[in-house]
Amino acid sequence: MEEDIRIYVEEAPGQRREIIAPTDMGLSLMEVLKASGYDIMATCGGMALCATCHVEVLAGPALFEPNDDELDMLETLPVIHPGSRLSCQIRLTPQTDGLVVRLAPTGA
Amino acid sequence: MPNVISTDICIVGAGPVGLFAVFEAGLLKLRCHVVDALPQPGGQLSEIYPKKPIYDIPGFPEILAGDLVTNLIKQIEPFHPTFTLGERVERFAKLDDGSFQLYTTDGTEIQCKAVAIAGGLGSFEPRKPAVENLEQFEGGKGVHYMVRDPEHFRDQKIVIAGGGDSALDWTNFLANVAADVTLVHRGTTFRGAADSAEKVKTLAEAGKIKLVLSSNVTHLHGNGKLAQVTITGNDGTAETVPLDHFIPLFGLTPKLGPIGEWGLELTDDAIVVDTLDYSTSLPGVFAIGDINTYPGKLKLILCGFHEAALMCQGAFKYIYPDKKYTLKYTTVNGVPTL
Repeated sequence: MEEDIRIYVEEAPGQRREIIAPTDMGLSLMEVLKASGYDIMATCGGMALCATCHVEVLAGPALFEPNDDELDMLETLPVIHPGSRLSCQIRLTPQTDGLVVRLAPTGA
Repeated sequence: MPNVISTDICIVGAGPVGLFAVFEAGLLKLRCHVVDALPQPGGQLSEIYPKKPIYDIPGFPEILAGDLVTNLIKQIEPFHPTFTLGERVERFAKLDDGSFQLYTTDGTEIQCKAVAIAGGLGSFEPRKPAVENLEQFEGGKGVHYMVRDPEHFRDQKIVIAGGGDSALDWTNFLANVAADVTLVHRGTTFRGAADSAEKVKTLAEAGKIKLVLSSNVTHLHGNGKLAQVTITGNDGTAETVPLDHFIPLFGLTPKLGPIGEWGLELTDDAIVVDTLDYSTSLPGVFAIGDINTYPGKLKLILCGFHEAALMCQGAFKYIYPDKKYTLKYTTVNGVPTL
């Protein structure tokens, strides 16, 4: 499909896995990561209410700013990074092509 | 004297699916006892998103998660289910006569003829900060992940960590109870309820509490009992302070917990079931809702309701292998009571 994009998951330093994701299904990054076999609980199903889909954005295109719900939830976490986001709030579109993320440790 | 409860089906998990299982069991005149680690029924609907609307419950174009729980509780009232809330089922044993005994963290014993695990994603456990020797001081040695009894901290020196509502609320409350309260937050601002955040600032300005921003608790020290913590700033400066209790409050996160060690067949932390009656690999133990897995599994509340109905048929046959049962419709007979 012409609208497919590539996102990259840094599984270890210098080791990035490429994932091809469609952009015509309204998927979130969380949904694509889950479907790609990553161990993400996403307890709340994508409502920015559980923070179990926490990722760190390492590189790639500029994303829209997180909304209040997402910022509130990130605030409760013990550790965040400058690029911390909830992957359920990142909608995959042609503009997110080339995004590089790292998954936060489970339970953190 | 331990608390002993006797019932037909012990339902582990008081989420929507566990609650509806009480209804389906009641139609078969089976009594239920429901256990949940959370202090209130409803599971994640009550704990995580009570104010969020759900759109895929048949017959309800839109219903708030909290209202669905209220309705479910009303719906099962005629069957007088009993509850043990705020306790987690820790151990379970199958007896020679095919019945079961379950034991909770607080020593409650439940004797039952069948077990229905409706544990969702597991029990909600406190999210722990990444501090190396945190676990060494758990269990009464100075680290607490929740405030059960504020009196426990009277006239004590405490350090609270976190930036969410519970960290703010407990800081405000314990400021009047504890001898010395320090709140450590890795950020510079609080996004929690504006009035709690304001109150914390006012208390800090008045010198009633100590507010340490842009910092984390990084080390715990003590010999068998917590005595000091090291607080490290984002700029690298570190300070070690004496204390009696460290209370990290970073919200809850679900964990499969002890269910994973009950010897049931699992795949990817989910319990494998037979879709005939949602029985597990151990006869008499059933699993319904988000905690089970089978080909085609969909984690939907409505699928869990369906599973609950079929599970109860299986549980009835397990408990009364010689009795015949014919399906009765509530439209014909109304709802029986127990």
